[in-house]
Amino acid sequence: MELSQKTIHEINDLLEKKEVTVTEVTQSVVDRIAAVENKTAAYLNLQTEEALRAAGVIDEKLGEQKKRTPLEGIPYALKDNMCTQGILTTCASKMLYNFNPPYNAHVYDRLIEEGGILLGKTNMDEFAMGSSTENSAYKITHNPWDLNKVPGGSSGGSAVAVAADTAFYTLGSDTGGSIRQPASFCGVVGMKPTYGLVSRYGLVAFASSLDQIGPFTKDVEDCALVLNAIIGHDPKDSTSLNLEKKDYTQTLKQGVKGMKIGVAQAFFGEGLQPEVRKSLEDAIAVYKAMGAEIVDVSFQYLDYALSAYYMISSAEASSNLARYDGIRYGYRAEEYDGLVDLYKKTRSQGFGEEVKRRIMLGTYALSSGYYDAYYKKAMQVRTLIKDDFNQVFDGCDVLLTPTAPTTAFGIGEKTSNPLEMYLTDIYTVPVNIAGIPGISIPCGLDNNGMPIGMQLLGPILSEETLLKVAWAFENEKGLKNLKAPLETEV
Amino acid sequence: MSLTREDVTYVANLARLEFSPDEVTALVDKMGAVLDYAQTLSELDTSAVKATEHVLAVQNVFREDVPKPCLTNEQALANAPESEAGCFKVPRVME
Repeated sequence: MELSQKTIHEINDLLEKKEVTVTEVTQSVVDRIAAVENKTAAYLNLQTEEALRAAGVIDEKLGEQKKRTPLEGIPYALKDNMCTQGILTTCASKMLYNFNPPYNAHVYDRLIEEGGILLGKTNMDEFAMGSSTENSAYKITHNPWDLNKVPGGSSGGSAVAVAADTAFYTLGSDTGGSIRQPASFCGVVGMKPTYGLVSRYGLVAFASSLDQIGPFTKDVEDCALVLNAIIGHDPKDSTSLNLEKKDYTQTLKQGVKGMKIGVAQAFFGEGLQPEVRKSLEDAIAVYKAMGAEIVDVSFQYLDYALSAYYMISSAEASSNLARYDGIRYGYRAEEYDGLVDLYKKTRSQGFGEEVKRRIMLGTYALSSGYYDAYYKKAMQVRTLIKDDFNQVFDGCDVLLTPTAPTTAFGIGEKTSNPLEMYLTDIYTVPVNIAGIPGISIPCGLDNNGMPIGMQLLGPILSEETLLKVAWAFENEKGLKNLKAPLETEV
Repeated sequence: MSLTREDVTYVANLARLEFSPDEVTALVDKMGAVLDYAQTLSELDTSAVKATEHVLAVQNVFREDVPKPCLTNEQALANAPESEAGCFKVPRVME
């Protein structure tokens, strides 16, 4: 097995024993990028020369120091909506084609402190709006399990980089499923932490009350390692929670005996691919066999989550994206007649179709006469959904659901029908509405060999429990660090 | 409820966007479909329900009013499409 194919904790073991150097590890990933990036197109911007240079510096440092931290010298990538000083941050939009941030996102600063090695910035749906990464202004990212299929979105590039071994881990952002759905489509682990657990400072805002940063990894143990590094209070994000730091690896392997795992019919309704259903039923049997108690739980308002989500997220987006006006940074139209025309031309030329549609939806929902019927209504329904989850978690420790109704769909298959695209997030959006954490882990393959994802949800700040329950399944089934059949593809 | 071309043009101006006639047609169709879908929310009686802006009990966070390091004028202008004399440059707004 090439070094690039290993997990973080496997590389950590090798580095501890001094069997490999950080330079060798980094070179392995750089070679892998050279071999497959032309097929997967996960990256918008590569920093491989800088990465190799940084690796050399860390090797020298590690020669002298006794103890290394778990992410020190491990190459990773960031979704291109996290600010990196000196490195372009485009949000996959023409609007920010030349944006060089004057400061770093909090998570990037954290990973610099941990000694992480940045390989580059990954492709995404423009401003994180989409479910397939097809809304990027720059390139189409391909699913390594079938290059004709989408990787999911909006953090598609981050999911693919991990699935194709072109990064050991990546960070994505999840507003309505943008980490969990692509993790599911690409056969990797993806986690959306509790709202407020990870600072959003320097994450280009889409919908501020829903956005949250989280990791993509090759297995659950790696997820715990990355989460350890990125959580924590940040005074620069006023919604960041001030809690004592946890070590999520401590409780990881405690098992699920006696735990209550909830299953709700609402997540197994119409439109669920039969193989996904079957795979989830098998997973439920696995948990039962491991000593967990399976309990039926029910929701009252879940059917309204997607509508509420698109109203809230579009409204917040229309407000957040008002800042792109061609004055202070980013794209500016070449020809215009006066200031208002400069705004209009700049925004109309700089934003892509889906982003403009969301801004329009959001502006409509917030406009006088419609505010109560759409926006306020959606915020009220948000309360109902939040209460729904609270009541469900009174009866179980975690909830087990499919991550998405289907496995990855074909490139171009859903681009002409926005509503159909939105429906691919039907099982992930309620989680952001309630602010609770969720993790997607692989639980099988469909008849075409495409990965199926299982989603585990828990109450606010139940990350420890979620990781424990996820690890137990992964360990029992051995479904970790899955390898996409990339080499055999044309 | 159906969205009209006039609605789209009115909202476009609020959002500082402009669309060709074909784009307006597409928006009436696609935006209209999403709004129709969102109409399901009206089935619920929420008259007694409080709105949730934030899932956590978020409060204003204050700090002492002490200056901290910030961007220099040069850094702040570095990404500007046009700047002059330490300021962002915009087209004339008054005659």
